[in-house]
Amino acid sequence: MPIRCEIVSQDRMVFEGDADIVVLPGMEGEMGILPNHAPLLTTLNMGILKVRYKGEEQYFTISGGVAEVQPDIITVLANAAENVNEIDLARAEESRRRAEETLAKGPPPDTDTFLAMEAALRRSNLRLEAAHRYRRSHPRPGSSTEK
Amino acid sequence: MANAREVRLRIRSVKNISNVTRAMQAVSASKVRKSTEALIRTRPYATKAWQVLTHIAGQPGREQMHPLLVQRPSVNRVLVVLLTGDRGLAGAFSSNIVRFAAQKFDNYPVPVDYVAVGRKGRDLLFRRRKSVIAEFSNLPAAPSFGDVSAIGRIAVEEFLSGKVDEVYLLYTDYINMARQVPDMKKLLPLEVTNAEGRVQDFQAAHRGPAATYLYEPDEMAILDDLIPRFTSLQVYQAILESLASEHAARMVAMKNATDSASALADTLLLEYNKVRQQGITNEILDIVGGAEALGSS
Repeated sequence: MPIRCEIVSQDRMVFEGDADIVVLPGMEGEMGILPNHAPLLTTLNMGILKVRYKGEEQYFTISGGVAEVQPDIITVLANAAENVNEIDLARAEESRRRAEETLAKGPPPDTDTFLAMEAALRRSNLRLEAAHRYRRSHPRPGSSTEK
Repeated sequence: MANAREVRLRIRSVKNISNVTRAMQAVSASKVRKSTEALIRTRPYATKAWQVLTHIAGQPGREQMHPLLVQRPSVNRVLVVLLTGDRGLAGAFSSNIVRFAAQKFDNYPVPVDYVAVGRKGRDLLFRRRKSVIAEFSNLPAAPSFGDVSAIGRIAVEEFLSGKVDEVYLLYTDYINMARQVPDMKKLLPLEVTNAEGRVQDFQAAHRGPAATYLYEPDEMAILDDLIPRFTSLQVYQAILESLASEHAARMVAMKNATDSASALADTLLLEYNKVRQQGITNEILDIVGGAEALGSS
C-alpha cells in the first residue's frame, strides 16, 4: 500500500501523489519514510526530497520546513520547494553569481543582508547541484518512455 | 442661467474625471483578480499547517506545551493588529475597518496597543489618539511572505515578553466582488482545540486515534519553528484578504463614480442644450424686434 505524499510551499501546492518511499532531508540526516510509519514530526533542513513510486523517482529541493508523518500520509510544509525539473538553471546560475559577488565585496553593512545573501547563495547552490545531479539521469517525466 | 461656455467647460471636466475613474476601475479589476489568485495559492499551506497544529494539540496532555498556546489567567493589555490600505479612493474601505475596531476596542476594559498596517489606518488611529506601537505602510502591491513576516514577529515578541496578554487581528474579509466584511481573529494565544470543530473533522477523515508523535530533533524545536511561523502565516493571509477587499472596494467605488459622472454629464448636456436654445431664441427675438423697429420707422 502506498503512502500519500503532499508537499506544500508557502505560495502553492508543489506535489500531491502516492509514494512507495519518501526520503526527507531531516535536521540530523536523511530519513526514509515507508508506508505505515509511526507518527512523526520533524523539522527539515535545506536539501533534496526524494519521492519514489513504482520505480519512478522525483526530486524536490526543499529549503527548510516541517514534515508531519502519519501512517498513511506525509505532509511537508516547506518554506520553499521546487521540483528539480522546474528549476530554471540560468536563473539559479545568475543568482549564485550575484550572491558570490556581493559576499566577495566584504562584509555587508548589516547582519540581515549578510544572512539573506548567504541564504540566497546556499539556495542557489542547492538548486544547481540538484539540477545537475538528478536531471541528466532522470529526464523530464513525459519526455521519454523509459521506466 | 449659466452661459453656454461655462456649461460646456463643466461637461468637459466631468468627462475627463470619468475617464480617470474608468481607468482606475479597470486597474482595480485586474488587481482584484491577481490578489484573489494569490489568496487561493496560499490556502493549501495554511490548511495543512493548521492540520498539523490541531494534530499536535490533539495529543494527550499537551495543554502547557508551548508559551504561545497558553491562555494567561488575567489579561492586562491587548495588542490589535489593524489592516487597512495605503491609499484612498476606495469608498468606505478604510473607515469601515477602523470603525469596526473602534466598536470592539474603544471601551475595552484594559489598555489597547495598536499595530497599524497601511497608511490610512495609521492616520485614522493617530487622529483618534490611540497608542500605536508600530506601523507598516507602503507594502508592495503583491507582498511575499517575507515582506510581511515582520508584522507577525512583532506580535509574537510583544506577547512573549509579557507586554500584552492577547493579540487580535482586524482585517477585511474578502467574500466577493460586492461584499467585504470587517472581521476579527484572535492571533495569540493560539486557540487550537476549539477552532470551529476542525479537530473533529480531521480525526473523522483519518483512521483511528493518532498515536503519540515521535519528534525529531525534539518537540520544543518543532513547536518553536511552527507556531511563530503559523502566526505570521495568518497575518499574511489576512493581508491578502485585505488587499483583495481594498481593490474590490476601490473598483466598486470607481464604478459608482464613473456612473454618476456620466449621469452628471447627461444632465449637463441637457442644460447646455437648453442654454444654447435660449440663446438662439433671444437672438431671433432681437433680430425680429430690430427688424420690426426698422420697418415701423
